[in-house]
Amino acid sequence: MKVKLKVWRQENADAQGGFEEYEADKVNPNMSFLEMMDVVNEGIIEDGGNPIAYAHDCREGICGTCNCMIDGKPHGPENGVTTCQTYMRSFKDGDTITVEPFRAKAFPVQKDLITDRSALDKIQQAGGYVTVRTGSCQDANNLPIGKDIADLAMDAAACVGCGACVAACKNASAMLFVSAKAGQLNLLPQGAPEKDKRVLNMVAAMDEAGFGNCTNQYECSAACPKLISEEFIAKLNRDFIGATLRKNFQAKALD
Amino acid sequence: MNILNALFKTSLGKKVIMAVTGLILVGFVIGHLVGNLQIFSPPEKINAYAHFLQSLGGALWAIRGFLLLTVVLHIWSAISLVLENKAARGAEGYAGQKTLRASFASRTMKWSGLIVLAFIIYHILHFTTKHAYGPELFMVDLHGEQVLDVHTMMVLGFQKPLVSIFYLVAIALLSIHLSHGISSMFQSVGLRTRAWSNCLNKIAVIVSVLYFLGNAAIVGACLTGAVEVQNAKVKAALAACQADCEVCESRIASIN
Ligand code: HEM
Ligand code: FES
Repeated sequence: MKVKLKVWRQENADAQGGFEEYEADKVNPNMSFLEMMDVVNEGIIEDGGNPIAYAHDCREGICGTCNCMIDGKPHGPENGVTTCQTYMRSFKDGDTITVEPFRAKAFPVQKDLITDRSALDKIQQAGGYVTVRTGSCQDANNLPIGKDIADLAMDAAACVGCGACVAACKNASAMLFVSAKAGQLNLLPQGAPEKDKRVLNMVAAMDEAGFGNCTNQYECSAACPKLISEEFIAKLNRDFIGATLRKNFQAKALD
Repeated sequence: MNILNALFKTSLGKKVIMAVTGLILVGFVIGHLVGNLQIFSPPEKINAYAHFLQSLGGALWAIRGFLLLTVVLHIWSAISLVLENKAARGAEGYAGQKTLRASFASRTMKWSGLIVLAFIIYHILHFTTKHAYGPELFMVDLHGEQVLDVHTMMVLGFQKPLVSIFYLVAIALLSIHLSHGISSMFQSVGLRTRAWSNCLNKIAVIVSVLYFLGNAAIVGACLTGAVEVQNAKVKAALAACQADCEVCESRIASIN
């Protein structure tokens, strides 16, 4: 099959970017989208040009590195998959495919389709972890966790931090990411002691990074390659209200 | 971070303001509709109701102040959130961004809200301060007391097609606003879960449709003549006016 690509090209973070058109012929429908891009890049290199820069790592849908907007949807037309797991059979012969970087003030473009998503790392550093004691490991089954809670926490933990939620959101809000990262720990006994602090600090870091606000449209959840539910956003809202109230009305030890 | 800081300075706090003020306003507009549906009862009913509200005096002003504060906070958080959302996309937007599941109502909240705001201002000028009200205001006897004839005021007010159409358009937009707002406010305070989100969405749509129909019934009934002026003096004057329009104004003006 044959497709036309309209790809965003931008030399570096400060350069002015623009769309360029490329032809990809002799595309095998069973190539992944990134393999097709590799073939296009080989052609560009043969012609003495600069290959299209795009991010990727595992190419098996588990690292969340390979992000770009494909025809207006993060990761392309299919539901619940990353770009690297999108195959050319999802497109029709003769299609023109528009490929652009994720757009958010907090995700500046570095080159072509590659964005800097360290804003998400900053949110994680603000509270997306549990403080654990080092030393010998705990006895197995020392901390009983119900299966329903374990399953729910696992749903949240499926987040690969790709940023598709931000890209798809009309407001470039990172709420689905933050709610998944906070939720996976808040649900479990290991995360409970630091729950309030985690929620307040992660929300503060999210606001600080310049992400937008949630308008409850759930585009994030529809675009998420891991199909994370907007229910975690409701949980984050609830936990935030609880944490704020407790912070103000709970007795505190002297400093 | 104290509570006020959390409410007014964080993204989630502003959404809580939006949701709580939205809930208060929903409560108000539904109560307001139920009060106004008394137009379908004999005129004494709604005139007595209006007279009761007027007689509240200081309490009425307290309620008005509270509602004004609510609207101001709702609009303040709306503007603040919308501006932040615009900035968050960055200087370079998308060539194309698909809409995956966001409803029409959710994508037009700021526009439906803005037109509703224009309507609220007109509505207050129309029936509260009566600056934008055409016909004279009439007094009527209620159990031996002279009270404002709100029934006649409403019927004559809605007999003007342009006014009625504006009311219907504004009410339709408010209903669209609420079809997203009523489920959205539960999400904003963390009370919307997958277990009942479908049910909640349906409740929001049903409440919004009923709200529209209730208001449309009032406006429509006055416009089509299903509810008529029942003030005897006004009725007689209006009947005479059909015969000669020339002296109509002075005749109606001489009733009080
Ligand atoms: C006066 C002008 C108004 C403006 C400019 C306005 C604007 C807005 C905006 C921008 C939102 C946020 C939408 C979102 O998050 O997606 C919103 C939400 C809402 N509005 Fe309004 N609105 C107005 C009047 C009203 C009125 C009169 C009512 C009720 C009768 C109302 C009820 C609601 C509710 C329930 C919400 C949902 C709250 C939430 O998202 O948590 N609004 N409004
Ligand atoms: S490259 Fe790792 S998820 Fe696509």
